[in-house]
Amino acid sequence: MDVLTENFSLYGEGFWGTVRLTLYSSLLALAAGVLTAGFRVAPVRALRAVGTTWVTVLRNTPLTLLFFALLLGLPRFGVALPFELFAVLALGCYTSAFICEAVRSGINTVPVGQGEAARSLGMTFGQTLGAVVLPQAIRTVIAPIGSTLIALAKNSAIAGSFSVVELLSTYKTLSENGYSVIWSFVWIAVGYLILTLSISALFHAMERRWGVAR
Amino acid sequence: MPAPAPSSGTRATRRGAVRRPARCLAAGLLLLAVAGCGASGSPPARGPQPGRLPHYAVDRDFSLPTSPTWRSAHRDGKLTIGVKEDQPGMGEKNPATGAYSGFDIEIARMTAASLGFDPDRQITYRAIASANRETALQNGQIDYYVGTYTINEGRKKLVGFAGPYYIAGQRLLVRRDEKQLTGPDEMAGRKVCSAVGSTPLQRIQADYPGADAVAYDSYAICVDNLLNHQVDAVTTDDTILLGYAAKDPAHLKVVGRAFSEEPYGIGVPRQDRALARALDRALVARERNGDWKRAYDVTLGLSGRPAPRPPRVDPALTR
Repeated sequence: MDVLTENFSLYGEGFWGTVRLTLYSSLLALAAGVLTAGFRVAPVRALRAVGTTWVTVLRNTPLTLLFFALLLGLPRFGVALPFELFAVLALGCYTSAFICEAVRSGINTVPVGQGEAARSLGMTFGQTLGAVVLPQAIRTVIAPIGSTLIALAKNSAIAGSFSVVELLSTYKTLSENGYSVIWSFVWIAVGYLILTLSISALFHAMERRWGVAR
Repeated sequence: MPAPAPSSGTRATRRGAVRRPARCLAAGLLLLAVAGCGASGSPPARGPQPGRLPHYAVDRDFSLPTSPTWRSAHRDGKLTIGVKEDQPGMGEKNPATGAYSGFDIEIARMTAASLGFDPDRQITYRAIASANRETALQNGQIDYYVGTYTINEGRKKLVGFAGPYYIAGQRLLVRRDEKQLTGPDEMAGRKVCSAVGSTPLQRIQADYPGADAVAYDSYAICVDNLLNHQVDAVTTDDTILLGYAAKDPAHLKVVGRAFSEEPYGIGVPRQDRALARALDRALVARERNGDWKRAYDVTLGLSGRPAPRPPRVDPALTR
């Protein structure tokens, strides 16, 4: 208990760091994921190629390698961004590949007839996707998207090795200052549980509100 | 294609069209990553030469029945010593041969010889990261630890210490062409890199709030960032910095006064005072017979800095 009370501000900083990383990366991942899902089913071949490449590369690259590539690679080409932005980019792009595949599987549950009906009414591809297909598709994939975002929250721990303030790396400071490693980890675990259980609860509520009953 | 859902008829042709860019991009990313990692240890390796290392006389008749750690190590016929693996000049593992070298390694070898173990055959080195040192000693994974281990009050509550065997101090490593950054008082507005959670990093954040602190898991990444102009200085104990400077003297130099005092000790299991006292006696004997200075000259001494006087062993640590 002493570990928490004596280092409350350190834990607090770490916790908010993780919350910030999770929040911004989630927003990026959701936006980029839905967009790439749209690309992957688009009628333009080039767009489909971009979508497939994005998913193939990001989903099959280890996240740590992605961090190294962005953080040590980009500055060699003159791109120097704040560390937290680097971390959000790496985490968000990585997770967007998984979101994209979840959304695409949702799109596949929407009967083809709906798309054809929209086309026959004269709707463009964008209108068909935005007004007819996606609203139905996303309702069916709320649960897998929730799981992906929980994984994102936990993956954010990798950013701690790359000069970003987040929850897991607080144990290094605490251990250096002579606190028990076990109790440091117990309180770190509690912090992650607060975050992941909140995401679970949010997605559970969304599923009850919008989920498709079968 | 009319509907957003792809029809199966075009799939075969589509897949072929998609694969090539995917492969190109993957290869590009991999190249990027390799470039990033490969350069981190890029300075040509100029470490201690194995042939010139001092030979330490083994005390075959040594016996320490009051130390449980020594008894079990003696029974097994080998000593397990925790060390660092990423600090040139102090404790570095050669990735090709797996051999360890550095001043800490020499201290480990000479003390092992004094405890009756053959330093070439009866030592098992185990690389332990800073954050896990106390746990490794408490769990008995290692018999003792020699690796830039600063003696301080917090650690004394968790482990025992022999020594100190060296006094280091926090200083700055900068690029050779650096003109402005010549000491701790000119750090304001500059990017200064150190290890996540480490005491040097905490000191920068607390005492030099003007400096822009950057933290990575290892000093190797910091040094890589320094060479690529992403940070302006790397700060930690001068022993570690001198090791990097000695490896790449054309691009790196250590500057400024030391702004801390770090007495390095040998970490031992907390309850095993007998072992700590035996290590103290071993250190005193090796300092007297010149082994300590010989070890310095072939490791840290390569950086060009002459051997300092060894610090006095502190008897209060083992009382």
